[in-house]
Amino acid sequence: MRPTSGERAFGSINTLLMIGLCVVMLYPFIYVLFASLSDAASFIQHRGIMLRPAGFNLDAYRAVFDNPMIARGYRNTLLYVVLGTSINLFMTALGAYVLSRPNLYFKNAVMFFIVVTMVFHGGLIPTYLLVNQLGMMNSMWALLIPTAINTFNLIIMRTAFQGIPVSLDESARMDGANDWTILFRIVLPLSMPVVAVMILWYAVGHWNSFFSALVYLRDREAYPLQLVLREILIANDTDSMMTDAGASDKYAIGETIKYATIIVSTLPIICLYPFLQKYFVKGVMIGAIKE
Amino acid sequence: MQQLRTIRTDWKRNWAAYVMALPVIAYYILFHYGPMYGLQIAFKDFSLAKGIGASAWIGFEHFKDFFGGIYFWRLIRNTLLLNLYELLFGFPAAIILALLLNEIRAVLFKRFVQTISYLPHFISLVVVAGMMVDFLGRTGLVNQLIGVFGIEPIDFLKEEGWFRFLYVSSGIWQGIGWGSIIYLAAMATIDPTLYEAARMDGASRWKQMLHVTLPGIAPTIVILFILNMGNLLTVGSEKVLLLYNPLTYETADVISTYVYRKGIMEASYDFTAAVGLFNSVVSFVLIVSANSVIKRLSENKLW
Repeated sequence: MRPTSGERAFGSINTLLMIGLCVVMLYPFIYVLFASLSDAASFIQHRGIMLRPAGFNLDAYRAVFDNPMIARGYRNTLLYVVLGTSINLFMTALGAYVLSRPNLYFKNAVMFFIVVTMVFHGGLIPTYLLVNQLGMMNSMWALLIPTAINTFNLIIMRTAFQGIPVSLDESARMDGANDWTILFRIVLPLSMPVVAVMILWYAVGHWNSFFSALVYLRDREAYPLQLVLREILIANDTDSMMTDAGASDKYAIGETIKYATIIVSTLPIICLYPFLQKYFVKGVMIGAIKE
Repeated sequence: MQQLRTIRTDWKRNWAAYVMALPVIAYYILFHYGPMYGLQIAFKDFSLAKGIGASAWIGFEHFKDFFGGIYFWRLIRNTLLLNLYELLFGFPAAIILALLLNEIRAVLFKRFVQTISYLPHFISLVVVAGMMVDFLGRTGLVNQLIGVFGIEPIDFLKEEGWFRFLYVSSGIWQGIGWGSIIYLAAMATIDPTLYEAARMDGASRWKQMLHVTLPGIAPTIVILFILNMGNLLTVGSEKVLLLYNPLTYETADVISTYVYRKGIMEASYDFTAAVGLFNSVVSFVLIVSANSVIKRLSENKLW
């Protein structure tokens, strides 16, 4: 059937709308990129939309890379992401495996015990006091251990594990495999798609998180990147990065430094994102089955 | 007796699995049930030195202070309104985007738009808030643009009248693409013969969208809507914390940020534990009722 003229008009308007959407989604990043590459003085003079850098100057990037806080923040964040995600994955897989066993007498009781925590929780203050009491204050463990398992992820992983044929489990047991072998040699390798989704979700969560660091860390040396960014972008603290600039230049270069900081801290995500996107989307689908 | 025997065979067969569960159970006891135990300080005159157990009970004093305090209604209002506006504008926005995306026939273009629209979801809140601070500042991009029309510069983030709009619209910018995925997934399960039948009857694309696609995703919409209702009194503290300042507390301060300020910054632990408990209980009631509504509406359920 040939599209009517009304349908063709709808199609064109729709396409225009979607192009507009892409512009709205992307332009902020493009502006930031251009601003970060601009010459500080010309950038201050510039008004309105930028379609290319105003002048060209890499001083802002030089200042960002010379800033020990940012380098240290990067290192800390990488450490927290790797360590935290490993803990997350290990604990979540453990719980998901046990709850996916077909004939466990206490399975429903354990399940209930876990699901209750999804609808009722103690909240920030009692958790804070607990972390304090456990002596984890001002240590990276406060960022990693209290959030070791995301219950929603646990349920998603359990659902995936349940899809593995029982016969594999039985024949492995015949060959003398114990539960640990079955989990790490059979169940996990057969569930790579869900494992990939879990790694990505947990890793992005650690990468982006700043609140627990804000609450639990006192020592600036241990700050993750996001907390350093917060100081630079929101509390507007770029002075420490300008050792040899005069007072009048400070404001100007401070602006471009902020943009360069955004680029340096966001680039890894933006570059990795197109390759990882399909896993994220798959994860939403897996989660949606539950609902 | 029978039960005991069942338990014994179960243990014999599954002890290894139970041992594996130990770290998980220990984690839940310590970090989820532990804080629930700690919630008792909401009814106590808590002192760090005495500890949770030994502090003296004082009944509902903290709750009375909170309900009678000058900030109570402001916090409830701000928390509710941010959620309501998000429900009113952000919730339909994702549905509309999904409907429009579904109408695009060029596969590559559709995938491109989807990829771009998901991107902001992965950008950290700190960076999003940082960009907002920059673009919306007195000399920022937005003021440069409206300056062309002769509008005086507005310090958007320092004016309480702008906070809700900025919070919700930036939330839509960040979440609209990601939120549309679930509807697109639901649309993919709609029986194609329905569209054929509609075409036979002479339904235009627009009519098909209204009378086939929309009813097809209606169950998903209803479920997500009710789930959102369950979160009416929950606003995460993180984004507000990054965007608000004392000048905008009047419209921006929500329960979770108040708890953070009073509790963590000013060490008023027992009082804010009471505030948090109040919030948890109301949220619990909302979530459980939302879930029972869903259960009654369909076979679908949250757990």
